[in-house]
Amino acid sequence: MSRVGVVSWGAYIPKYRIRTEEVARIWGDDPLRIVDVYLVDEKSVEGLDEDAVTIAVEAARRAIRRAGIDPRRIGAVYAGTESKPYAVKPISSILVDALGLSNNVFAVDMEFACKAGSEGLVAAIGLVDSGRAEYGMTVGTDTSQGEPGEHLEYSASSGGAALIVGKDGVAAELEAMYSFVSDTPDFWRREGSPYPMHGEGFTGEPAYFRHIVGAAKGLMEKYGYKPSDFTYVVFHQPNGRFPVRAASMLNIPMEKIKPGIVVTHIGNTYNASALMGFARVLDTAKPGDKILLVPFGSGAGSNAFVFTVTDLIAERQKTGVPTVEEMLRDKIYVDYAQYLKMRKMIKLFE
Amino acid sequence: MRHESVPIYWRNIPHYYRLVARRCKRCGAVYFPPVAKCRCGSTELENVELPREGRLVEYTVLHQVGTDFLKQKPLIVGLVELSNGVRVAGQIVDAQPDKLAPGAKMEVVFRRVIADGKHGLVMYGYKFRPVGGI
Repeated sequence: MSRVGVVSWGAYIPKYRIRTEEVARIWGDDPLRIVDVYLVDEKSVEGLDEDAVTIAVEAARRAIRRAGIDPRRIGAVYAGTESKPYAVKPISSILVDALGLSNNVFAVDMEFACKAGSEGLVAAIGLVDSGRAEYGMTVGTDTSQGEPGEHLEYSASSGGAALIVGKDGVAAELEAMYSFVSDTPDFWRREGSPYPMHGEGFTGEPAYFRHIVGAAKGLMEKYGYKPSDFTYVVFHQPNGRFPVRAASMLNIPMEKIKPGIVVTHIGNTYNASALMGFARVLDTAKPGDKILLVPFGSGAGSNAFVFTVTDLIAERQKTGVPTVEEMLRDKIYVDYAQYLKMRKMIKLFE
Repeated sequence: MRHESVPIYWRNIPHYYRLVARRCKRCGAVYFPPVAKCRCGSTELENVELPREGRLVEYTVLHQVGTDFLKQKPLIVGLVELSNGVRVAGQIVDAQPDKLAPGAKMEVVFRRVIADGKHGLVMYGYKFRPVGGI
């Protein structure tokens, strides 16, 4: 029995992709400029019969398969999303029955823009560390919204990532965590509104950078870390430029953040964004590696976590569960009309 | 448009979500969808979760489909033999019909099956897709 940490991880990326140039072609933007601004070449698109629930189930099933544990030992399950198919009816309770958990399980959906999934991680860590649950699970899942023709459309994408937390069989031990939250109106979606609003110049400095850097710096100061302590650093990835700049502000070299960057291939999966990058790093990490993980959610806040990879990582990497890298390569391209159909954006009689 | 009722959907959740079948305690026969009585006459059956991998036995492509599936044309429906030998029919997704072939490795996926209009229940269940992509 070791300290609390991540026992297992699972990720899911829908197979469909749309190229940035295809979106730019429809809306009269210069594709080269758009790719240069956001560093997103293509993004993932959910199938017609997929949503945040189905994506969460697939990611969670993979995490359970990798862990090799009886799902009835999971005592808490949290879903972090901003793409709930229901305004009222939880994803987490569907997870309970789809995954075969016991009915004696703490379950709730969390909302804090893109940070909710990582807040589920905090809650699961708390329950497991206090001995009130043997294992806890969090899933970040989204079919992110972006208004057609608006800049968010170039990145808003679909995917999910699940983490199982426990004290037994830990593959990445938790060393420290730290939060940084303030009321920052950088991005929001009102009740009933189909697409979010965001302040163009407001999303960077006062929101993403202040909170990511605030959480990372706060953690390093409080617990005595320096950038050179980390083998990998994973940030929330709304586009390809922001995490690179955050790294530069924290004096973290590029080679430490590159392995955890997935946004260039699949766009911003919102609640799965940083967790997907974390999963990609765990897919190849070695014992002793130290990982700084800093998700971010608009509104705004960041959690910073430090994990140290244990000897059990090799066992978890050999379970045959699809890696993030394999999923990045496994794709079917769609055109803009198919994309609109799959995203259920064509108005139909129902 | 008539859909499966909410109570029927709710009762079927274990087999829609997790392929929970019934196995005869006397002769070992496995039934999916679940049944109340075995061919051998026994009514002593237990729940068993089916494996989530298998091979495609045969498939067909439907161009004339039911009302709930009109927007998904063409619909691929196939018979999959799971790794324990149980055969299950279901929709095949994330596949190009002309590239599918009997024997293809398949996996069970969790998908939306029917959404009852704009305000009703979204009903989820199992479907199949090729492993590794086709």
